Amino acid sequence: MEMTGAQILMAVLKEEAVDTVFGFPGGAVIDIYDELVKTDIRHILVRHEQGAVHAADGYARASGKAGVCLVTSGPGATNTVTGVATAYMDSIPMVIITGQVPTHLIGNDAFQEVDIVGITRPCTKHNYLVKSVEDLARTMREAFFLARSGRPGPVLVDIPKDVANQTAVFKPQEEIKIKSYQPNYRPNMKQLKKIVGLVKEARRPLLFGGGGVILSGAAEAFTTFARQTQTPVTTTLMGLGAFPGSDPLWLGMIGMHGTYRANMSTGACDLLIAIGVRFDDRVTGKIETFARDAQIVHIDIDPTSIRKNVGVAIPVVGDCREALNELNRMIAADNQNRFEARHREWLEQIAAWKEQHRMAYDQGTETIKPQFVIDKLFELTQGKAIITTEVGQNQMWAAQFYHFDGPRQFITSGGLGTMGFGLPAAIGAKAAQPEHTVIDIAGDGSIQMNIQEMATAMQSCLPVKVLILNNGYLGMVRQWQELFYEKRYACTTMDHQPDFVKLAEAFGAVGLRATRPEEVIPVLEEGLACEVPVIMDFVVEKEESVYPMVPAGANITEMLLV
Amino acid sequence: MQEDKHVITMLVDNEPGVLSRVVGLFSGRGFNIESLCVAETVTPGISRITIVTKANPPVVEQIEKQLNKLINVIKVRDLTREASVMREMALICVRASPEHRAEILRIVDIFRCKVIDVGLEHYIIEVTGDEGKMTALLNLLRPMGIKKIARTGTIALLREPK
Ligand SMILES: Cc1ncc(C[n+]2csc(CCOP(=O)(O)OP(=O)(O)O)c2C)c(N)n1
Repeated sequence: MEMTGAQILMAVLKEEAVDTVFGFPGGAVIDIYDELVKTDIRHILVRHEQGAVHAADGYARASGKAGVCLVTSGPGATNTVTGVATAYMDSIPMVIITGQVPTHLIGNDAFQEVDIVGITRPCTKHNYLVKSVEDLARTMREAFFLARSGRPGPVLVDIPKDVANQTAVFKPQEEIKIKSYQPNYRPNMKQLKKIVGLVKEARRPLLFGGGGVILSGAAEAFTTFARQTQTPVTTTLMGLGAFPGSDPLWLGMIGMHGTYRANMSTGACDLLIAIGVRFDDRVTGKIETFARDAQIVHIDIDPTSIRKNVGVAIPVVGDCREALNELNRMIAADNQNRFEARHREWLEQIAAWKEQHRMAYDQGTETIKPQFVIDKLFELTQGKAIITTEVGQNQMWAAQFYHFDGPRQFITSGGLGTMGFGLPAAIGAKAAQPEHTVIDIAGDGSIQMNIQEMATAMQSCLPVKVLILNNGYLGMVRQWQELFYEKRYACTTMDHQPDFVKLAEAFGAVGLRATRPEEVIPVLEEGLACEVPVIMDFVVEKEESVYPMVPAGANITEMLLV
Repeated sequence: MQEDKHVITMLVDNEPGVLSRVVGLFSGRGFNIESLCVAETVTPGISRITIVTKANPPVVEQIEKQLNKLINVIKVRDLTREASVMREMALICVRASPEHRAEILRIVDIFRCKVIDVGLEHYIIEVTGDEGKMTALLNLLRPMGIKKIARTGTIALLREPK
């Protein structure tokens, strides 16, 4: 059937089962928008293109589906770059559609022309400029295929205005094959057998999971593996929710702000089973001494992740879920009690570390402690909310004090650390999971980076909740200045802040504030009960810091403690 | 760790932007490029890129893996320790004063190069060979005065089984 480019685009979106698009219109995509509103695809109109990408990202993280966003050429496209890089660093499946000036104007410095394919080359899994309407359907299908398969990631498709208008014959449902791209899902069995051998030998094993466990839908298999082998578990920030936070084998997060027992265990383990991780510097601390007594086993879908930062005894390239299912099958015959007996001393040692330094805070009677707010939020939501975060102390306290029982419940910018991510991501998550309570745990600095998206939440009736830990500082940077720059708080005080309650009200949302400890629970209760978007402003202890902390470049076991 | 020279050759889709993806990968990740050559192969739509780089073993492993990860890269091979043939080419414009003309021609003969342009004051010499030959030739011509030079990077092919 002969169709216009814009119609073909819609047909492919339908084929790919896209139900929601986050976007912002403009001249170069006006034809696409004209077709979009004729479909039953929901469009969520944001207030800034960065919001559109983060929302599509939040949608993808909460649902496991590919997020889609649509923006115009030039500034519309450049406004997406931070969001694209955010998704790239965390391997989130997304398709970003940008409009482009008509093909005959490309290269002429035309109005609103920018080489977005050139700009995003290093921060996309792949990207395309569609030069002819004949290529549009195949390119779009490839984009979805690449975004979702292998190690997922954002794929950008740049569509010139004339391509959207020209017509071509549309052939539905064509199979996509890319000869130079064949991700290896099947793990090597010989390697897995070797792993089983090490697992049976180990005295002090540690299971270490990352975002890859969640992305590959391996959380269940991961949990089974840990329980079957009675192996204690830690995860990276990105892996939170891959293992139930309520399980006795759970050690908490590893890394710069990891728990004492998780970091100590890393230093002492004799076998580190690393799955879907990439050994980021915030996780390993000083790389030379990381897990130095351990043999490291590493399973990951991306060969470049393996041996990039640490040497490994047994590398396995493959899908985390397939690998774990195989391992579980091989180990199932073995008796769990044997593992329990073998690891008893190790688990006792870990319990002792837990006693030595618990994740704690002291909520006095005067000022609100930020940790207390998260603690109570966890209780009042029974640990069932979807939590997004901004970046900084708010993010770390959320990771430390909200305990996640399932995957896709914790949505945070781990790799890029993008302030301004949390609110739009919450909007996207709410669009994907309308039945769930979705809360953005924010700092007073970060929230102002994309606060305009409150209007999006209002207009699209997506009642997200924003919880601001308001310390009047760019808190995490202030913490570094306190600890490593002799308290010279260079440019981290935010002396002038908006009144967040009035600001919420100006958007038509609800604004609530707590300034004293006894107000925390009532404000949380009221905020959680709200059926419209709400901002809860918690005025907290100004100079509270996140502990434990491993100074950048130090050994992971050398923590500053409270 | 010891940094060695590696000759890496790859087949890529002949599409706009592919070279930029490859080069961007090297610059973005701090890998080094000593030379680079690109041209089409006999298969339509497929080009060969040959890159000479200097790196230690873990970095070479990363280079190969990262190149393989690029969607438009079809096949990557490090030819350094493989049975392969490697060549470079240079065009050298050398000052040819009357007292040196015979000497230059003798060198050209010994090195099996060609004179492809002659003037009252110069020769342009075309030479192909491996790196060692290039260096040796340049060392001999330098005293006469090299006016200009254009060199390609290394190109390389795996030898076929005999
Ligand atoms: C876009 C962006 N700019 C700068 C930074 C550097 N940075 C990291 S944490 C932080 C402070 C964040 O302050 P706030 O949002 O108030 O959170 P707090 O740490 O106080 O909880 C800054 C500036 C960043 N991560 N992202």
